[in-house]
Amino acid sequence: MKKIATRDAYGKALVELGKQHQDVVVLDADLSKSTKTADFAREFPERFINAGIAEQNMVGMAAGLASAGKTVYASTFAIFATGRAFEVVRNSVAYSNMNVKLCASHAGITVGEDGGSHQSVEDIALMRSMPNMTVVVPADGVSAAQAVFAIYDIKGPAYLRLGRPAVPVIYQENSPFKIGQANRLRRGKDAAIIACGIMVGKALEAAQQLAQEGIEVAVVDMHTIKPLDEAIIIELARETGAILTVEEHSIIGGLGSAVCETVCAQYPVPVIRMGINDSFGQSGGPDELLQYYGLTVEKIVNNVRDLMRKK
Amino acid sequence: MKHIDQQQIQRLQEQARKVRRQIIAMLGEAGSGHTGGSLGAADIVTALYFWEMDIEPQRPDWEERDRFVLSKGHAAPLLYAVLAERGYFPTEYLQTLRKLGSPLQGHPDRSKLAGVDATTGSLGQGISWAVGMALAGKMDHKDYRVYSLLGDGELEEGMVWEAAMAAAHYRLDNLVAFIDFNGLQIDGPVAEVMSPLPIPAKFAAFGWEVLQIDGNDMRQILEALNCARVVKGRPTAIIARTVKGKGCSFIENKVEWHGVAPKGEEIARALAELDM
Repeated sequence: MKKIATRDAYGKALVELGKQHQDVVVLDADLSKSTKTADFAREFPERFINAGIAEQNMVGMAAGLASAGKTVYASTFAIFATGRAFEVVRNSVAYSNMNVKLCASHAGITVGEDGGSHQSVEDIALMRSMPNMTVVVPADGVSAAQAVFAIYDIKGPAYLRLGRPAVPVIYQENSPFKIGQANRLRRGKDAAIIACGIMVGKALEAAQQLAQEGIEVAVVDMHTIKPLDEAIIIELARETGAILTVEEHSIIGGLGSAVCETVCAQYPVPVIRMGINDSFGQSGGPDELLQYYGLTVEKIVNNVRDLMRKK
Repeated sequence: MKHIDQQQIQRLQEQARKVRRQIIAMLGEAGSGHTGGSLGAADIVTALYFWEMDIEPQRPDWEERDRFVLSKGHAAPLLYAVLAERGYFPTEYLQTLRKLGSPLQGHPDRSKLAGVDATTGSLGQGISWAVGMALAGKMDHKDYRVYSLLGDGELEEGMVWEAAMAAAHYRLDNLVAFIDFNGLQIDGPVAEVMSPLPIPAKFAAFGWEVLQIDGNDMRQILEALNCARVVKGRPTAIIARTVKGKGCSFIENKVEWHGVAPKGEEIARALAELDM
Protein backbone atom coordinates (compact mmCIF):
# COMPACT_ATOMS: atom_id res chain seq x y z
CA MET A 1 0.00 0.00 0.00
CA LYS A 2 1.24 3.46 -0.91
CA LYS A 3 2.19 5.62 2.06
CA ILE A 4 2.57 9.36 2.39
CA ALA A 5 2.76 11.67 5.41
CA THR A 6 0.02 14.27 5.62
CA ARG A 7 2.68 16.93 6.19
CA ASP A 8 4.35 15.98 2.90
CA ALA A 9 1.04 16.23 1.11
CA TYR A 10 0.52 19.62 2.75
CA GLY A 11 3.87 20.92 1.51
CA LYS A 12 3.17 19.92 -2.08
CA ALA A 13 -0.42 21.15 -2.07
CA LEU A 14 0.68 24.48 -0.67
CA VAL A 15 2.92 25.05 -3.69
CA GLU A 16 0.00 24.32 -6.02
CA LEU A 17 -2.24 26.62 -4.02
CA GLY A 18 0.40 29.33 -4.22
CA LYS A 19 0.47 29.01 -7.99
CA GLN A 20 -3.28 29.45 -8.20
CA HIS A 21 -3.66 32.22 -5.66
CA GLN A 22 -1.38 35.23 -5.42
CA ASP A 23 -2.82 36.21 -2.03
CA VAL A 24 -1.45 33.11 -0.30
CA VAL A 25 1.34 33.90 2.16
CA VAL A 26 3.06 31.23 4.24
CA LEU A 27 4.60 31.66 7.68
CA ASP A 28 6.69 29.26 9.69
CA ALA A 29 8.57 29.32 12.98
CA ASP A 30 11.94 27.80 12.11
CA LEU A 31 10.48 24.38 11.33
CA SER A 32 9.90 24.76 7.61
CA LYS A 33 11.86 21.63 6.75
CA SER A 34 9.74 19.59 9.15
CA THR A 35 6.35 21.17 8.44
CA LYS A 36 7.21 21.08 4.71
CA THR A 37 6.51 24.75 4.11
CA ALA A 38 10.10 24.81 2.82
CA ASP A 39 8.69 23.68 -0.55
CA PHE A 40 6.61 26.85 -0.76
CA ALA A 41 9.52 28.96 0.49
CA ARG A 42 11.69 27.67 -2.33
CA GLU A 43 9.03 28.33 -4.98
CA PHE A 44 7.76 31.67 -3.65
CA PRO A 45 10.45 33.22 -1.42
CA GLU A 46 8.76 36.63 -1.64
CA ARG A 47 5.60 35.19 -0.09
CA PHE A 48 7.24 33.22 2.68
CA ILE A 49 8.04 34.69 6.08
CA ASN A 50 10.08 32.91 8.69
CA ALA A 51 9.06 34.14 12.13
CA GLY A 52 11.94 32.41 13.83
CA ILE A 53 11.32 30.53 17.06
CA ALA A 54 8.52 32.88 18.08
CA GLU A 55 5.14 31.25 17.61
CA GLN A 56 3.10 33.94 19.31
CA ASN A 57 4.49 36.61 17.03
CA MET A 58 4.03 34.34 14.03
CA VAL A 59 0.32 34.09 14.73
CA GLY A 60 0.05 37.80 15.51
CA MET A 61 1.78 38.70 12.24
CA ALA A 62 -0.52 36.27 10.45
CA ALA A 63 -3.51 38.25 11.68
CA GLY A 64 -1.93 41.50 10.49
CA LEU A 65 -1.17 40.07 7.07
CA ALA A 66 -4.71 38.71 6.81
CA SER A 67 -6.19 42.08 7.71
CA ALA A 68 -4.24 43.51 4.78
CA GLY A 69 -5.86 41.05 2.38
CA LYS A 70 -3.58 38.02 2.53
CA THR A 71 -4.70 34.43 2.97
CA VAL A 72 -2.19 33.22 5.50
CA TYR A 73 -1.06 29.65 6.08
CA ALA A 74 0.97 29.51 9.29
CA SER A 75 2.78 26.37 10.28
CA THR A 76 4.71 24.93 13.16
CA PHE A 77 4.33 21.84 15.34
CA ALA A 78 0.83 21.34 16.73
CA ILE A 79 2.01 21.63 20.33
CA PHE A 80 3.33 25.16 19.71
CA ALA A 81 0.67 26.34 17.25
CA THR A 82 -2.21 25.50 19.55
CA GLY A 83 -0.50 25.47 22.94
CA ARG A 84 2.21 28.10 23.01
CA ALA A 85 0.24 30.51 20.85
CA PHE A 86 -3.22 29.58 22.13
CA GLU A 87 -4.39 32.94 23.30
CA VAL A 88 -3.00 34.73 20.25
CA VAL A 89 -4.92 32.32 18.05
CA ARG A 90 -7.96 32.92 20.22
CA ASN A 91 -7.88 36.73 20.21
CA SER A 92 -5.98 37.83 17.11
CA VAL A 93 -7.30 35.11 14.78
CA ALA A 94 -10.55 33.51 15.98
CA TYR A 95 -12.13 36.40 17.90
CA SER A 96 -11.21 38.83 15.15
CA ASN A 97 -12.25 36.27 12.49
CA MET A 98 -9.08 36.69 10.42
CA ASN A 99 -8.37 34.65 7.34
CA VAL A 100 -5.59 32.60 8.88
CA LYS A 101 -5.07 28.88 8.41
CA LEU A 102 -3.12 27.30 11.22
CA CYS A 103 -1.62 24.21 9.63
CA ALA A 104 0.16 22.29 12.33
CA SER A 105 2.29 19.24 11.76
CA HIS A 106 3.66 16.66 14.20
CA ALA A 107 0.33 16.26 15.94
CA GLY A 108 -0.31 13.34 18.25
CA ILE A 109 2.01 10.69 19.66
CA THR A 110 3.38 9.60 16.28
CA VAL A 111 5.86 12.46 16.59
CA GLY A 112 7.74 9.57 18.14
CA GLU A 113 11.22 9.83 19.58
CA ASP A 114 11.09 13.53 20.49
CA GLY A 115 8.82 12.49 23.33
CA GLY A 116 5.92 13.85 25.34
CA SER A 117 7.00 17.50 25.32
CA HIS A 118 6.45 17.53 21.56
CA GLN A 119 3.41 15.27 21.30
CA SER A 120 0.23 17.28 21.13
CA VAL A 121 -2.75 15.27 22.38
CA GLU A 122 -4.89 18.27 23.31
CA ASP A 123 -4.86 20.39 20.17
CA ILE A 124 -8.21 19.31 18.74
CA ALA A 125 -9.87 20.08 22.07
CA LEU A 126 -8.25 23.51 22.21
CA MET A 127 -9.10 24.52 18.66
CA ARG A 128 -12.58 23.03 18.72
CA SER A 129 -13.57 25.15 21.70
CA MET A 130 -13.02 28.40 19.80
CA PRO A 131 -15.90 30.16 18.06
CA ASN A 132 -15.23 30.86 14.34
CA MET A 133 -12.66 28.07 14.08
CA THR A 134 -12.96 25.26 11.56
CA VAL A 135 -11.08 22.11 12.58
CA VAL A 136 -9.92 19.58 9.99
CA VAL A 137 -8.05 16.33 10.64
CA PRO A 138 -7.26 14.58 7.36
CA ALA A 139 -6.82 10.81 7.25
CA ASP A 140 -4.24 10.51 4.50
CA GLY A 141 -2.12 12.38 2.01
CA VAL A 142 -4.85 12.71 -0.59
CA SER A 143 -7.41 14.24 1.74
CA ALA A 144 -4.75 16.41 3.37
CA ALA A 145 -4.03 17.96 -0.02
CA GLN A 146 -7.74 18.42 -0.67
CA ALA A 147 -8.12 20.06 2.73
CA VAL A 148 -5.42 22.61 1.92
CA PHE A 149 -7.59 23.84 -0.95
CA ALA A 150 -10.90 23.46 0.90
CA ILE A 151 -9.86 25.65 3.82
CA TYR A 152 -8.72 28.33 1.38
CA ASP A 153 -12.37 28.82 0.42
CA ILE A 154 -13.55 29.34 4.00
CA LYS A 155 -12.46 33.03 4.31
CA GLY A 156 -11.94 32.71 8.03
CA PRO A 157 -9.84 30.85 10.57
CA ALA A 158 -9.13 27.15 10.23
CA TYR A 159 -6.98 24.57 11.96
CA LEU A 160 -5.48 21.77 9.87
CA ARG A 161 -3.97 18.91 11.87
CA LEU A 162 -1.10 17.12 10.17
CA GLY A 163 1.10 14.21 11.15
CA ARG A 164 4.75 13.31 10.92
CA PRO A 165 4.88 9.67 9.76
CA ALA A 166 3.96 8.27 6.37
CA VAL A 167 0.49 6.72 6.54
CA PRO A 168 -1.39 4.54 4.04
CA VAL A 169 -3.26 6.33 1.28
CA ILE A 170 -6.94 5.42 1.51
CA TYR A 171 -8.51 7.86 -0.95
CA GLN A 172 -8.45 8.22 -4.71
CA GLU A 173 -7.36 11.58 -6.11
CA ASN A 174 -10.93 12.34 -7.18
CA SER A 175 -12.64 11.24 -3.95
CA PRO A 176 -15.10 13.82 -2.69
CA PHE A 177 -13.93 16.07 0.15
CA LYS A 178 -16.20 18.67 1.62
CA ILE A 179 -15.62 20.59 4.84
CA GLY A 180 -18.23 19.59 7.41
CA GLN A 181 -19.32 16.52 5.52
CA ALA A 182 -17.96 13.22 6.83
CA ASN A 183 -16.99 10.46 4.41
CA ARG A 184 -18.79 7.16 4.82
CA LEU A 185 -16.19 4.58 3.83
CA ARG A 186 -18.00 1.39 4.72
CA ARG A 187 -21.56 0.41 5.47
CA GLY A 188 -22.59 -1.87 8.32
CA LYS A 189 -25.43 -2.41 10.75
CA ASP A 190 -23.75 -4.01 13.77
CA ALA A 191 -21.72 -1.03 14.98
CA ALA A 192 -20.15 2.16 13.67
CA ILE A 193 -16.58 3.36 13.90
CA ILE A 194 -16.10 7.10 13.65
CA ALA A 195 -12.44 7.92 13.25
CA CYS A 196 -10.24 10.82 12.23
CA GLY A 197 -6.68 11.31 11.08
CA ILE A 198 -4.35 8.36 10.86
CA MET A 199 -6.79 6.14 12.76
CA VAL A 200 -9.17 6.02 9.80
CA GLY A 201 -6.93 3.57 7.97
CA LYS A 202 -6.72 1.36 11.05
CA ALA A 203 -10.50 1.50 11.46
CA LEU A 204 -10.93 0.24 7.91
CA GLU A 205 -8.53 -2.64 8.57
CA ALA A 206 -10.41 -3.53 11.72
CA ALA A 207 -13.73 -3.49 9.85
CA GLN A 208 -12.30 -5.87 7.24
CA GLN A 209 -11.20 -8.29 9.96
CA LEU A 210 -14.58 -8.11 11.66
CA ALA A 211 -16.34 -8.73 8.37
CA GLN A 212 -14.55 -12.05 8.15
CA GLU A 213 -16.29 -12.99 11.41
CA GLY A 214 -19.60 -11.83 9.97
CA ILE A 215 -19.69 -8.57 11.91
CA GLU A 216 -20.61 -5.66 9.63
CA VAL A 217 -19.24 -2.38 10.87
CA ALA A 218 -19.82 1.05 9.36
CA VAL A 219 -16.71 3.21 9.06
CA VAL A 220 -16.84 6.98 8.81
CA ASP A 221 -13.96 9.40 8.33
CA MET A 222 -14.90 12.43 10.42
CA HIS A 223 -12.28 14.65 8.81
CA THR A 224 -13.99 17.81 9.97
CA ILE A 225 -14.32 17.98 13.74
CA LYS A 226 -15.88 21.42 13.50
CA PRO A 227 -18.38 22.10 12.09
CA LEU A 228 -19.32 18.57 13.06
CA ASP A 229 -21.41 16.44 10.70
CA GLU A 230 -24.09 15.75 13.29
CA ALA A 231 -26.51 14.30 10.74
CA ILE A 232 -24.28 11.36 9.96
CA ILE A 233 -23.65 10.70 13.66
CA ILE A 234 -27.35 10.50 14.38
CA GLU A 235 -27.84 8.36 11.29
CA LEU A 236 -25.14 5.95 12.47
CA ALA A 237 -26.58 5.84 15.98
CA ARG A 238 -29.97 4.97 14.55
CA GLU A 239 -28.68 2.40 12.07
CA THR A 240 -26.15 0.60 14.25
CA GLY A 241 -27.04 1.43 17.86
CA ALA A 242 -23.41 1.50 18.96
CA ILE A 243 -20.51 3.84 18.15
CA LEU A 244 -16.76 3.54 18.60
CA THR A 245 -14.69 6.70 18.19
CA VAL A 246 -10.99 6.43 17.41
CA GLU A 247 -8.49 9.26 17.40
CA GLU A 248 -4.81 9.92 17.97
CA HIS A 249 -5.67 12.52 20.60
CA SER A 250 -6.83 12.65 24.19
CA ILE A 251 -10.23 11.11 24.77
CA ILE A 252 -11.02 14.37 26.54
CA GLY A 253 -12.24 17.13 24.26
CA GLY A 254 -11.53 15.70 20.83
CA LEU A 255 -13.48 13.65 18.32
CA GLY A 256 -14.83 11.26 20.94
CA SER A 257 -16.14 14.08 23.07
CA ALA A 258 -17.68 15.81 20.07
CA VAL A 259 -19.47 12.65 19.01
CA CYS A 260 -20.68 12.02 22.57
CA GLU A 261 -22.06 15.54 22.83
CA THR A 262 -24.20 14.89 19.77
CA VAL A 263 -25.18 11.33 20.66
CA CYS A 264 -26.10 12.15 24.27
CA ALA A 265 -28.19 15.12 23.32
CA GLN A 266 -29.92 13.73 20.27
CA TYR A 267 -29.89 9.94 20.03
CA PRO A 268 -28.36 8.16 23.04
CA VAL A 269 -26.62 4.87 22.23
CA PRO A 270 -23.55 3.21 23.81
CA VAL A 271 -20.26 4.85 22.82
CA ILE A 272 -16.68 3.78 23.46
CA ARG A 273 -13.98 6.39 22.98
CA MET A 274 -10.56 5.22 21.90
CA GLY A 275 -7.67 7.64 22.13
CA ILE A 276 -5.00 8.71 24.58
CA ASN A 277 -6.49 8.00 27.97
CA ASP A 278 -5.77 11.26 29.82
CA SER A 279 -2.02 10.90 29.77
CA PHE A 280 1.00 12.45 28.10
CA GLY A 281 3.07 10.69 25.49
CA GLN A 282 6.70 9.57 25.70
CA SER A 283 9.66 8.72 23.50
CA GLY A 284 9.52 5.72 21.23
CA GLY A 285 8.96 4.75 17.63
CA PRO A 286 5.60 5.91 16.20
CA ASP A 287 4.31 2.35 15.78
CA GLU A 288 5.61 1.32 19.20
CA LEU A 289 3.77 4.25 20.72
CA LEU A 290 0.53 3.46 18.93
CA GLN A 291 0.89 -0.05 20.29
CA TYR A 292 1.70 1.17 23.80
CA TYR A 293 -1.27 3.52 23.94
CA GLY A 294 -3.60 0.94 22.45
CA LEU A 295 -4.26 2.60 19.13
CA THR A 296 -4.11 -0.61 17.11
CA VAL A 297 -6.31 -2.56 14.73
CA GLU A 298 -6.51 -5.35 17.30
CA LYS A 299 -7.81 -3.02 20.00
CA ILE A 300 -10.36 -1.54 17.63
CA VAL A 301 -11.61 -5.05 16.85
CA ASN A 302 -11.83 -5.88 20.56
CA ASN A 303 -13.62 -2.66 21.36
CA VAL A 304 -16.20 -3.27 18.65
CA ARG A 305 -16.92 -6.68 20.18
CA ASP A 306 -17.25 -5.12 23.66
CA LEU A 307 -19.44 -2.40 22.25
CA MET A 308 -21.82 -4.87 20.62
CA ARG A 309 -22.37 -6.54 23.99
CA LYS A 310 -23.54 -3.18 25.34
CA LYS A 311 -26.27 -2.81 22.78
CA MET B 1 8.51 65.69 5.58
CA LYS B 2 5.46 67.69 6.43
CA HIS B 3 5.58 71.38 7.20
CA ILE B 4 4.88 72.20 10.84
CA ASP B 5 3.61 75.63 11.84
CA GLN B 6 2.27 77.12 15.03
CA GLN B 7 -1.25 77.43 13.68
CA GLN B 8 -1.40 73.70 12.97
CA ILE B 9 -0.06 72.90 16.39
CA GLN B 10 -2.76 75.04 17.99
CA ARG B 11 -5.41 73.38 15.87
CA LEU B 12 -4.21 69.94 16.93
CA GLN B 13 -3.99 70.94 20.59
CA GLU B 14 -7.56 72.16 20.39
CA GLN B 15 -8.59 68.91 18.74
CA ALA B 16 -6.85 66.87 21.44
CA ARG B 17 -8.75 68.85 24.05
CA LYS B 18 -12.03 67.94 22.34
CA VAL B 19 -10.93 64.32 22.24
CA ARG B 20 -10.24 64.41 25.98
CA ARG B 21 -13.68 65.87 26.63
CA GLN B 22 -15.22 63.06 24.61
CA ILE B 23 -13.21 60.51 26.59
CA ILE B 24 -14.48 61.87 29.91
CA ALA B 25 -18.08 62.09 28.72
CA MET B 26 -17.97 58.62 27.21
CA LEU B 27 -16.42 56.98 30.26
CA GLY B 28 -18.79 58.85 32.56
CA GLU B 29 -21.73 57.46 30.63
CA ALA B 30 -20.24 53.96 30.48
CA GLY B 31 -19.48 53.88 34.19
CA SER B 32 -16.32 51.84 33.66
CA GLY B 33 -13.21 51.90 31.50
CA HIS B 34 -9.64 53.12 31.35
CA THR B 35 -9.37 56.83 31.98
CA GLY B 36 -5.71 57.48 32.76
CA GLY B 37 -4.09 55.92 29.71
CA SER B 38 -6.73 57.26 27.34
CA LEU B 39 -6.18 60.86 28.44
CA GLY B 40 -2.40 60.54 28.58
CA ALA B 41 -1.97 59.41 24.98
CA ALA B 42 -4.63 61.71 23.50
CA ASP B 43 -2.09 64.06 21.91
CA ILE B 44 -0.33 61.22 20.10
CA VAL B 45 -3.42 59.61 18.60
CA THR B 46 -4.89 63.00 17.70
CA ALA B 47 -1.68 63.87 15.86
CA LEU B 48 -1.84 60.61 13.95
CA TYR B 49 -5.43 60.91 12.76
CA PHE B 50 -5.58 64.68 12.26
CA TRP B 51 -2.12 65.32 10.83
CA GLU B 52 0.01 62.32 10.03
CA MET B 53 -2.02 59.53 8.54
CA ASP B 54 -3.22 59.28 4.96
CA ILE B 55 -6.79 58.12 5.53
CA GLU B 56 -10.30 58.61 4.20
CA PRO B 57 -12.91 58.24 6.93
CA GLN B 58 -15.59 57.66 4.29
CA ARG B 59 -13.61 54.68 3.00
CA PRO B 60 -12.37 52.86 6.09
CA ASP B 61 -11.37 49.81 4.01
CA TRP B 62 -9.37 51.79 1.44
CA GLU B 63 -6.44 49.52 0.66
CA GLU B 64 -3.84 52.27 0.35
CA ARG B 65 -4.65 53.87 3.70
CA ASP B 66 -2.21 54.26 6.54
CA ARG B 67 -3.08 52.01 9.45
CA PHE B 68 -3.17 52.33 13.21
CA VAL B 69 -3.04 49.53 15.75
CA LEU B 70 -3.91 50.38 19.32
CA SER B 71 -1.78 47.70 20.91
CA LYS B 72 -2.71 49.01 24.35
CA GLY B 73 -6.31 48.19 23.54
CA HIS B 74 -7.64 49.33 26.91
CA ALA B 75 -7.23 52.90 25.67
CA ALA B 76 -10.21 52.17 23.40
CA PRO B 77 -12.09 55.31 24.54
CA LEU B 78 -9.25 57.39 23.07
CA LEU B 79 -9.42 55.59 19.74
CA TYR B 80 -13.21 55.88 19.61
CA ALA B 81 -13.15 59.57 20.46
CA VAL B 82 -10.59 60.26 17.73
CA LEU B 83 -12.44 58.18 15.13
CA ALA B 84 -15.73 59.90 15.93
CA GLU B 85 -14.17 63.36 15.85
CA ARG B 86 -12.49 62.49 12.56
CA GLY B 87 -15.84 61.52 11.06
CA TYR B 88 -15.73 57.73 10.94
CA PHE B 89 -19.06 57.53 12.76
CA PRO B 90 -21.47 59.90 14.54
CA THR B 91 -20.25 61.16 17.91
CA GLU B 92 -23.57 59.97 19.40
CA TYR B 93 -22.20 56.43 19.16
CA LEU B 94 -19.75 57.33 21.90
CA GLN B 95 -22.53 57.19 24.45
CA THR B 96 -22.93 53.45 23.78
CA LEU B 97 -19.40 52.56 24.93
CA ARG B 98 -19.29 49.20 26.72
CA LYS B 99 -23.04 48.71 26.44
CA LEU B 100 -24.73 45.56 25.19
CA GLY B 101 -24.89 45.46 21.40
CA SER B 102 -22.61 48.46 20.93
CA PRO B 103 -19.95 48.49 18.21
CA LEU B 104 -17.81 50.26 20.81
CA GLN B 105 -16.61 47.25 22.72
CA GLY B 106 -14.57 47.54 25.90
CA HIS B 107 -11.53 46.82 23.74
CA PRO B 108 -11.40 47.58 19.99
CA ASP B 109 -13.05 45.02 17.71
CA ARG B 110 -12.53 45.59 13.99
CA SER B 111 -15.40 43.32 13.04
CA LYS B 112 -17.85 45.53 14.94
CA LEU B 113 -16.62 49.03 14.14
CA ALA B 114 -15.45 50.32 10.76
CA GLY B 115 -12.29 52.37 11.16
CA VAL B 116 -10.73 50.05 13.72
CA ASP B 117 -7.84 48.43 11.87
CA ALA B 118 -6.98 45.71 14.38
CA THR B 119 -8.79 43.83 17.09
CA THR B 120 -6.76 44.30 20.24
CA GLY B 121 -7.00 44.20 23.99
CA SER B 122 -4.75 41.33 24.90
CA LEU B 123 -1.47 43.13 25.47
CA GLY B 124 1.47 42.40 23.20
CA GLN B 125 -0.61 41.17 20.30
CA GLY B 126 -1.25 44.49 18.60
CA ILE B 127 2.37 45.17 17.78
CA SER B 128 2.63 41.74 16.13
CA TRP B 129 -0.47 42.55 14.13
CA ALA B 130 1.11 45.86 13.09
CA VAL B 131 4.28 44.05 12.02
CA GLY B 132 2.14 41.74 9.86
CA MET B 133 0.42 44.71 8.24
CA ALA B 134 3.74 46.40 7.56
CA LEU B 135 5.08 43.18 6.04
CA ALA B 136 2.05 43.01 3.75
CA GLY B 137 2.72 46.58 2.65
CA LYS B 138 6.31 45.74 1.76
CA MET B 139 5.24 42.55 0.01
CA ASP B 140 2.73 44.44 -2.13
CA HIS B 141 5.11 47.36 -2.76
CA LYS B 142 2.58 49.74 -1.28
CA ASP B 143 3.47 53.05 0.31
CA TYR B 144 1.15 52.91 3.28
CA ARG B 145 2.59 53.29 6.75
CA VAL B 146 1.63 51.47 9.91
CA TYR B 147 1.47 53.11 13.33
CA SER B 148 1.03 51.48 16.69
CA LEU B 149 0.69 52.62 20.28
CA LEU B 150 1.95 50.46 23.11
CA GLY B 151 1.86 50.95 26.84
CA ASP B 152 5.07 50.93 28.86
CA GLY B 153 3.67 48.21 31.07
CA GLU B 154 2.79 46.29 27.92
CA LEU B 155 6.52 45.97 27.24
CA GLU B 156 6.57 43.36 29.99
CA GLU B 157 4.86 40.97 27.56
CA GLY B 158 7.48 38.76 25.90
CA MET B 159 5.59 38.80 22.64
CA VAL B 160 6.40 42.50 22.21
CA TRP B 161 10.06 41.60 21.88
CA GLU B 162 9.34 38.80 19.43
CA ALA B 163 7.58 41.40 17.32
CA ALA B 164 10.36 43.96 17.84
CA MET B 165 12.90 41.41 16.61
CA ALA B 166 10.84 40.58 13.54
CA ALA B 167 10.22 44.24 12.64
CA ALA B 168 13.93 44.98 12.64
CA HIS B 169 14.82 41.72 10.91
CA TYR B 170 12.46 42.51 8.05
CA ARG B 171 13.65 46.13 7.93
CA LEU B 172 10.17 47.56 8.32
CA ASP B 173 10.77 51.28 7.87
CA ASN B 174 7.05 51.66 7.21
CA LEU B 175 6.36 50.89 10.88
CA VAL B 176 6.31 53.39 13.76
CA ALA B 177 5.62 52.31 17.33
CA PHE B 178 4.83 54.86 20.01
CA ILE B 179 5.56 53.78 23.56
CA ASP B 180 3.21 55.57 25.92
CA PHE B 181 5.75 56.00 28.69
CA ASN B 182 3.64 57.21 31.60
CA GLY B 183 5.49 55.10 34.15
CA LEU B 184 2.39 53.52 35.67
CA GLN B 185 0.56 50.22 35.37
CA ILE B 186 -2.37 48.75 37.28
CA ASP B 187 -0.45 47.55 40.31
CA GLY B 188 1.83 50.59 40.58
CA PRO B 189 4.86 52.24 38.96
CA VAL B 190 6.30 50.11 36.15
CA ALA B 191 9.73 50.47 37.76
CA GLU B 192 8.40 48.71 40.85
CA VAL B 193 6.01 46.13 39.39
CA MET B 194 8.32 44.75 36.69
CA SER B 195 10.71 47.23 35.24
CA PRO B 196 10.92 47.41 31.45
CA LEU B 197 13.55 50.15 31.82
CA PRO B 198 15.62 51.39 30.10
CA ILE B 199 13.18 51.39 27.20
CA PRO B 200 15.20 53.31 24.56
CA ALA B 201 18.27 51.09 24.95
CA LYS B 202 16.15 47.96 24.55
CA PHE B 203 14.59 49.07 21.26
CA ALA B 204 17.96 50.33 20.03
CA ALA B 205 19.53 46.97 20.84
CA PHE B 206 16.78 45.27 18.86
CA GLY B 207 17.74 47.36 15.84
CA TRP B 208 15.12 50.09 15.90
CA GLU B 209 15.58 53.80 15.32
CA VAL B 210 14.75 55.35 18.68
CA LEU B 211 13.37 58.82 19.34
CA GLN B 212 12.56 60.22 22.76
CA ILE B 213 10.00 62.97 23.16
CA ASP B 214 7.52 64.56 25.49
CA GLY B 215 4.36 62.78 24.35
CA ASN B 216 2.14 65.59 25.54
CA ASP B 217 3.99 68.20 23.48
CA MET B 218 2.33 68.45 20.09
CA ARG B 219 5.31 69.99 18.33
CA GLN B 220 7.61 67.22 19.52
CA ILE B 221 5.13 64.57 18.38
CA LEU B 222 4.94 66.06 14.88
CA GLU B 223 8.69 66.48 14.62
CA ALA B 224 9.22 62.87 15.69
CA LEU B 225 6.75 61.68 13.05
CA ASN B 226 8.65 63.70 10.44
CA CYS B 227 11.93 62.15 11.58
CA ALA B 228 10.44 58.65 11.34
CA ARG B 229 9.45 59.27 7.72
CA VAL B 230 13.05 59.61 6.62
CA VAL B 231 14.36 56.57 8.49
CA LYS B 232 15.29 53.83 6.03
CA GLY B 233 15.83 50.14 6.61
CA ARG B 234 14.52 49.91 10.17
CA PRO B 235 11.38 50.59 12.19
CA THR B 236 11.08 53.58 14.50
CA ALA B 237 10.19 53.55 18.18
CA ILE B 238 9.07 56.85 19.61
CA ILE B 239 9.41 56.71 23.37
CA ALA B 240 6.89 59.29 24.41
CA ARG B 241 7.01 60.49 28.01
CA THR B 242 3.41 61.22 28.96
CA VAL B 243 1.42 62.14 32.02
CA LYS B 244 -1.18 59.49 32.68
CA GLY B 245 -4.53 61.26 33.00
CA LYS B 246 -3.18 64.40 31.31
CA GLY B 247 -5.58 67.33 31.32
CA CYS B 248 -7.49 66.51 34.51
CA SER B 249 -5.51 67.56 37.57
CA PHE B 250 -7.08 65.10 39.98
CA ILE B 251 -6.50 62.18 37.60
CA GLU B 252 -2.96 63.00 36.52
CA ASN B 253 -0.25 60.58 37.59
CA LYS B 254 -2.60 58.65 39.87
CA VAL B 255 -2.29 54.93 39.46
CA GLU B 256 -5.76 54.35 40.88
CA TRP B 257 -7.19 56.05 37.77
CA HIS B 258 -5.83 53.36 35.45
CA GLY B 259 -9.04 51.44 35.03
CA VAL B 260 -11.68 53.57 36.70
CA ALA B 261 -14.25 55.86 35.07
CA PRO B 262 -15.15 59.29 36.45
CA LYS B 263 -18.48 59.58 38.21
CA GLY B 264 -20.90 62.40 39.13
CA GLU B 265 -18.97 65.45 40.33
CA GLU B 266 -15.77 64.08 38.89
CA ILE B 267 -17.21 64.23 35.39
CA ALA B 268 -18.23 67.84 35.76
CA ARG B 269 -14.89 68.79 37.26
CA ALA B 270 -12.92 67.02 34.53
CA LEU B 271 -14.99 68.61 31.76
CA ALA B 272 -14.59 72.01 33.37
CA GLU B 273 -10.84 71.62 33.48
CA LEU B 274 -10.82 70.60 29.84
CA ASP B 275 -12.94 73.55 28.81
CA MET B 276 -10.24 76.18 29.13
